[in-house]
Amino acid sequence: MSKGPKPAEILTGISYQPPPKGWMDVKPDFRPGTYCNLASPKWMEWIDYPFPASRSVAEDKWELPTDWKEIVLQGMEDRLSRFRSLKLFFDICVRCGACADKCHFFLGTGDPKNMPVLRAELMRSVYKRYFKPAGRLLGQVAGARDLTEDVIKEWFFYLHQCTICRRCSLFCPYGIDMAEMTILGREMLSSVGLSIDWALASVAQCYDKGSHIGATPQAFKDMVDFLAEENERITGITTQPSYNRKGAEVLFVMPSGDYFADPGTFTMMGYLLLFEYIGLDYTLSTYAAEGGNFGWFESHEMGKRLNAKIYAEAKRLGVKWILGGECGHMWRICNQYMPTWWGPVDFLEEPVSPITGTRFENAKVHKMVHISEFTADLIKHGKLKLDPQRNAHIKLTFHDSCNTSRGMGVFEEPRYIIKNVLPEGHFVEMPPNTIREKTFCCGSSSGINANENMELRMQGGLPRANAVRYVYEKYGVNHLGCICALDRATLPTLLGYWVPEVDVTGITELVGNALVFDEEIERTTDLRDRDLVGVAEAEEAEEAEEAAAAAAAAEEEE
Amino acid sequence: MTDFFKLHFFVPLAAVLGLVVIAYVGVQANLQLLFGVVVPYMAVLIFIEGMVYRLIQWARSPVPFKIPTTGAQGKSLPWIERNLGEKLDNPEDTKHVVGRMALEVLAFRSLFRNTRTEMRKDPADPEGARLIYWSYKWLWLGAIAFHYAFLVVIIRHLRFFTEPVPGFIHLLDNVDGFFQFFVPVVYISGVVLLVAAGYLLLRRLLRPELRYISLAADYFPLFLILSIAITGILMRYFVKVDIVAVKELALGLATLKPKVVPGIGVIFYMHLFLVCVLIAYFPFSKLMHAPGVFLSPTRNMPGNNRWVLHVNPWNYPVKFHHYDEYEDRFREPMIEAGIPVEKEQ
Repeated sequence: MSKGPKPAEILTGISYQPPPKGWMDVKPDFRPGTYCNLASPKWMEWIDYPFPASRSVAEDKWELPTDWKEIVLQGMEDRLSRFRSLKLFFDICVRCGACADKCHFFLGTGDPKNMPVLRAELMRSVYKRYFKPAGRLLGQVAGARDLTEDVIKEWFFYLHQCTICRRCSLFCPYGIDMAEMTILGREMLSSVGLSIDWALASVAQCYDKGSHIGATPQAFKDMVDFLAEENERITGITTQPSYNRKGAEVLFVMPSGDYFADPGTFTMMGYLLLFEYIGLDYTLSTYAAEGGNFGWFESHEMGKRLNAKIYAEAKRLGVKWILGGECGHMWRICNQYMPTWWGPVDFLEEPVSPITGTRFENAKVHKMVHISEFTADLIKHGKLKLDPQRNAHIKLTFHDSCNTSRGMGVFEEPRYIIKNVLPEGHFVEMPPNTIREKTFCCGSSSGINANENMELRMQGGLPRANAVRYVYEKYGVNHLGCICALDRATLPTLLGYWVPEVDVTGITELVGNALVFDEEIERTTDLRDRDLVGVAEAEEAEEAEEAAAAAAAAEEEE
Repeated sequence: MTDFFKLHFFVPLAAVLGLVVIAYVGVQANLQLLFGVVVPYMAVLIFIEGMVYRLIQWARSPVPFKIPTTGAQGKSLPWIERNLGEKLDNPEDTKHVVGRMALEVLAFRSLFRNTRTEMRKDPADPEGARLIYWSYKWLWLGAIAFHYAFLVVIIRHLRFFTEPVPGFIHLLDNVDGFFQFFVPVVYISGVVLLVAAGYLLLRRLLRPELRYISLAADYFPLFLILSIAITGILMRYFVKVDIVAVKELALGLATLKPKVVPGIGVIFYMHLFLVCVLIAYFPFSKLMHAPGVFLSPTRNMPGNNRWVLHVNPWNYPVKFHHYDEYEDRFREPMIEAGIPVEKEQ
């Protein structure tokens, strides 16, 4: 972040003291750097979103449809009748405050409306006013308030300071899930034209072309082909995948971040190497070229509209089952929603690893296997020859992605892989209150990894970065591992700001580094072209030897 | 003191004091029939009807998706072992969901996880401060003490409504009064209830962020419960009432043969009236967290989405970009790039 505050300014500027005025009287402060831009009408038209218009957050008037209030209230009524969660979560909160200091946005901003309890209250107060007799009658003393333009702006501001990470829901004695309320709140916002540009651009591109980055089929193929060439250059192994190939056994779906930009691309190279190594009969799809799903960050329906391509493509290509890459929200969606949206999935088979024969019984209805499960199973069965020394330059700590942690429960598989591809003692955990189910979000998930809100992202990611700094200082950790493409897209920026000494890596990248092929060329670098430990020394020794030999020869000549 | 705080603190305080005054005035005006018989029956009726109404209201909305908060490793490869704690934090089937819920309801498992975050200023740190997370069990302790004390008090009160008094109530009575000091013997549960409720009130008042979020709906039940406890304790230890008469009234209510029993002190009617208000208020308040937790989809569903299909009753088809349209649009470049297509033109 070139402009904006320095790390020390953010950190020492945080105060957890609430302001003197009551929260109903405090309006959101739309300061540049803290909010996402409103969606451009172009994207809205692409995906038939209502009320497209050019809107600016900074302006006083947001050009809402004339009956915006009725639409929002009608939308709330509708969602109350369709989601028991919403009704229940509105009704049973006791405001005990257990969630308050669990939210990374509260910890990073100190803004009391980022305490999940109060963020929920921003919506709950409207619910009370229009749907509860006490609120209708008593108004403010019953915690109710009118739905005004200021309130809707406040929703927009704070519902995009929630990354749907569910850390609050873990600590809530009743399991109240802010993530659920945030998604439903964002649905209501987009029903009156208020979506954020970054997310909606990705959604529109994904809907239209196949991936968030808007790659056409040929561009997608170019990108992946290039990574296969890189593999060949570094390892001497040809890892050319097939595209849209009918009759392949497995369809591999990954998030676009993995073929679009560093360091995700190195994870993609790792996938290609792994599949080549085991001889997997797989194909990639240019149509289902996106496992990630920014649509779900806007609404359940948009999530479903984007997710549709995965099963549809698996069916069209006639594969047996689907393998999914390293991605957080993709897996949360695939786990929580996909089978319910489209099931029963009888056009696919119960996944069986063709290499080990393992039946993935935990995916028998879903028909989709997580790459970490798949790889861990391969390693467990001794199917991979791994040389951990090739990762000896890496001292790793592991960031549990919020979605696969609290929305699925993937903790051990990646750790098992890590322990097998890294030398002994090269993996350390961050403090226990910041990992596993208590993990902190990267601070930029749920579609808010835009540029215009960079200050906010750095604040939201503070707790994560703070824990990374701790292991960096204590153990000399130089890499943060993760199984999430949004992490790989956003954590480099976050760590560049807070802990620039630490790089971000996917786990399959480490597998790719460590895999020993029979016919490979001599490996002198990792997949990022960095010298392996010992290689420089070996080269030096070689050079010295050559020099000595030359000197000896010269001597002899004399 | 903000206006917001004043509104949300003093209005419920005044309301509860008002309730006490109403009971006092009522008894002075010889309305024992109203306060001793009619109001209790009405309160119970409102409670039952309100509860049924609220539960039906919740139940009418379906649970479209299986969204448990997974608090531990999920069921995965057979060699990835999970201990019982992990199975309860990320249940794979109904049996473990029941276990998770039992732990949640009986032991406040999620609250037990609580941490407290501190921003520690440290000049040695490059950024001048760092975040530290402490295990923080006080809220858990306060909450669990409060709820169990309340439960014991309620069960203990059954001795007024039963004749002969069942053995387990006697037993509980004896345990509760185990530490024999003062006459009559002091019930530990009453003391714990008062202290715990006092803690829950004080933390709201003293911690700035809690004071900031607290509403009248949070103070009102606390004031109500505190005043119930205080009138109860006053009545037992200090301002004695005719206990035999009280039991006669209570038994009359319980056996649906209500009668007004003369000679019961006004403090009893204050106590009873406050209890009635609490009972009637219950279904329309945040106290519904008690039945609500059982319905909470993040806690009462197993994390088995991938092998047990969950059906959404309102699942509807959505518009999406079909492959055919996609290929129609990109056919030429796809062919050029050597990507297989369905139709060559």
